[in-house]
Amino acid sequence: MSIFEYNGSALVAMVGKNCFAIASDRRLGVQLQTIATDFQKIYKIHDKLFIGLAGLATDAQTLYQRLVFRHKLYQLREERDMKPETFASLVSALLYEKRFGPYFCQPVIAGLGDEDKPFICTMDSIGAKELAKDFVVAGTASESLYGACESMFKPDMEAEELFETISQALLSSVDRDCLSGWGGHVYLVTPTEVTERILKGRMD
Amino acid sequence: MESVFGLVGKDFAIVVADTSAVHSILVHKTNEDKIMVLDSHKLMGASGETGDRAQFTEYIQKNVALYQFRNGIPLTTAAAANFTRGELATALRKNPYMVNIILAGYDKETGPSLYYIDYIASLHKLDKAAFGYGSYFALSMMDRHYRRNMTVDEAIELVDKCIMEIRTRLVIAPPNFVIKIVDKDGAREFAWRESIKDAPVPTLA
Repeated sequence: MSIFEYNGSALVAMVGKNCFAIASDRRLGVQLQTIATDFQKIYKIHDKLFIGLAGLATDAQTLYQRLVFRHKLYQLREERDMKPETFASLVSALLYEKRFGPYFCQPVIAGLGDEDKPFICTMDSIGAKELAKDFVVAGTASESLYGACESMFKPDMEAEELFETISQALLSSVDRDCLSGWGGHVYLVTPTEVTERILKGRMD
Repeated sequence: MESVFGLVGKDFAIVVADTSAVHSILVHKTNEDKIMVLDSHKLMGASGETGDRAQFTEYIQKNVALYQFRNGIPLTTAAAANFTRGELATALRKNPYMVNIILAGYDKETGPSLYYIDYIASLHKLDKAAFGYGSYFALSMMDRHYRRNMTVDEAIELVDKCIMEIRTRLVIAPPNFVIKIVDKDGAREFAWRESIKDAPVPTLA
């Protein structure tokens, strides 16, 4: 079994009209056994920047700790928050540093950049950035997520509709993947507020 | 294969481990204590490679004590868990410790807590956790019977159900278990569950 499929994960981020949504499943497993059903995979870097980390849980935790460290130093030096594009380059650099002994993680980065323009991107485990205008996916359920997002996505959705769309895409995709699921975690971010919601799906 | 499991009750946490020390087909001893008392209010139950288990738990215990000497106050359970994860994560890509850990502790401010730390340094705070082949039975029993805020008696009843299940259904089931508890009065041994006693040392008449 691949090391990327050891813990199981599903991550998706979508762009709406002046807002974005980022969602993950909640399962922490060790191959076939489920350890926890409340595992956090999306982390807040600052109010307008979120990163989701799919893949091996230990590397996701290590990478998150390193990123928070780097961002806090940046805040102290620059006296401002990092822009999403800059942060994506930082993540890419950190991952490529370990080119021949990589972190087994796939990040999904979502943020509001200059003038609150939504920014999303994903990367492979050695930092190859993939920018997208509509949606990005990662994790063991990524193939299902691609299909679900492609069919459900419309450009310029408002916040509530975006939340509905991303939730339905996530839940229907994880239902086809045994390694991810046990509910969903959705963050909806607009220039003025961040809404965190927990989805109840099939608990299996 | 070694079984370790634990759960959180009302104002206490319990860690249970089997007590057999096995090498290949030989059982060296049946009263090996695998739950290290880290400090006055922390327990670390560990399973895995025998040498790594003994070395690593002792290393963590001494570092927890060092922090208290240097800073005058003890570590919180969360801090000890994150320190343990950090040590495992640093060693992971050099010389990994093959040790799975259940860390339970009681803090005055936050009450009892339990942390699951597997050998590749994945950390998660949980109410119930288990490692080893016994986990297939212990986790299922706990999923069925566990409630939040159980009393000590109810929790021990559940622990005994898990031990019964492991003894009945695991093909090479460990015969003896040790139960340790941590609450506001500290971390201590609670009971043993023995079905085989080591042969007593003969004494001169």
